[in-house]
Amino acid sequence: MAKYLLLKHYRGAPVAVNDVPMDRWAPEEISAHVKYMNDFADRLKETGEFVDAQALAPEGTFVRYDGEGRPPVTDGPFAETKDLIAGWMLIDVDSYERAVDLAGELSAAPGANGEPIHEWLELRPFLTEPSTVTE
Amino acid sequence: MNDAVLRALVPAVIGVLVRRGADFATAEDAVQDALVEAVRVWPDDPPRDPKGWLVTVAWHRFLDSARAESARRRREELVDGEPEPGPVSSADDTLRLYFLCAHPSLTPSSAVALTLRAVGGLTTRQIARAYLVPEATMAQRVSRAKRTVAAERLVRPGDVATVLRVLYLVFNEGYSGEVDLAAEAIRLTRQLATGIDHPEVAGLLALMLLHQARRAARTTPDGALVPLAEQDRGLWDTRLIAEGVGILQAALARDRLGEYQAQAAVAALHADAPTAEETDWPQIVEWYDELALLTESPVVRLNRAVAVGEADGPRVGLAALAELDETLPRYTAVAAHLHERDGDPALAARLYAEAAHKASSLAERDHLTRQAARLNQR
Repeated sequence: MAKYLLLKHYRGAPVAVNDVPMDRWAPEEISAHVKYMNDFADRLKETGEFVDAQALAPEGTFVRYDGEGRPPVTDGPFAETKDLIAGWMLIDVDSYERAVDLAGELSAAPGANGEPIHEWLELRPFLTEPSTVTE
Repeated sequence: MNDAVLRALVPAVIGVLVRRGADFATAEDAVQDALVEAVRVWPDDPPRDPKGWLVTVAWHRFLDSARAESARRRREELVDGEPEPGPVSSADDTLRLYFLCAHPSLTPSSAVALTLRAVGGLTTRQIARAYLVPEATMAQRVSRAKRTVAAERLVRPGDVATVLRVLYLVFNEGYSGEVDLAAEAIRLTRQLATGIDHPEVAGLLALMLLHQARRAARTTPDGALVPLAEQDRGLWDTRLIAEGVGILQAALARDRLGEYQAQAAVAALHADAPTAEETDWPQIVEWYDELALLTESPVVRLNRAVAVGEADGPRVGLAALAELDETLPRYTAVAAHLHERDGDPALAARLYAEAAHKASSLAERDHLTRQAARLNQR
């Protein structure tokens, strides 16, 4: 019973095997992709392994404190090339192996030509509360 | 009547319904409904026989839940077949429920969820909060678990080890939500121990009590970890220690050693030392040797290396550590500790930082980072 974050990147991750920008897919391919993701989430709700999933807008902005009395500095709106997170799914599973299996399954979402995208997903364990027994 | 007393009645009540012919899933739902009713009605109109009251209300709920024509026929048969009133052993019903909820066909998380709900009497919402998952997720876990065991008959008790493993999982989850899972695990293990005479049940109960006794000293008020050697022993709960040691001694006297008894023996030796320096490390090493024979756990061998380092000096500890797999969780933290004691603060600082990087809990990571920072200050 450990929580893992499956991170989908717009950029920052290694290039997907079937790497075609989404705006060059056929509309029905996009529908199939979305359906695959929704079905995947629904299945995890059924198994009691789903915690949360959210999509993020493609443009992020870095923000920084710029000293007393001054407005924060931003690097936007035209961000430099940087890691950009597209969205996440949070799962709560019995083992690391199960988390890897699920990430693999999610990575197989269909893309251009109905073929799996083989995109890279980042899998990050949550830091937990210390267990009652550690000594 | 407080919440804990009410919850303690749950497994026996489910057991009665199941023995009368209710299927487990429906019985469990009916008892939850009866509990809700009890919370509403009892403050104004407390029953003389709480368990009898719950059985009656839950049984009616169960019968109500069968509404369709076919179910109605079945209901009439069940009423006909209802056993005559008479003495039954409620401990027996409760035990069967423990074994059912920890059934090997369930995944660990399902077994835990089902145990907390059916044996512990917690609501799905309480369990979900304790595990920091949405209530709908926990509801699915519980209902899937119920479907999985629906086909299992409530027959003779199965494997005690499976039940103990589930209770230990609950205990180790600690106390992040509104329900104190460690306290809940102790309550359930106590209840199990009253119904089943087994040295390992006693061993697990002793182990939990001995760890629970040190709980107040394990963290600072703002949540930072305090290592065993630096804990304020005045904060240890001597009443729980005495109880744990007593239970452990009785169990050990029966000469059927198991892993929980051996772990409890280690915890008892720590609890018994007036100061960290007076800890009986040689005897702790012996118990770890016993544990290594009883389990395949690499964690045991890692803990043994720590104990060897204390008993025979850091060099010997490092030699014991060198025999183990470096990828073990907390391996690097142990190496850092032993190298520091061996007089190599620079190496220790580097290893502490590396261990912090690999830590799986926030409190542990912060603790290890502070250790590295402390050595880097010199």
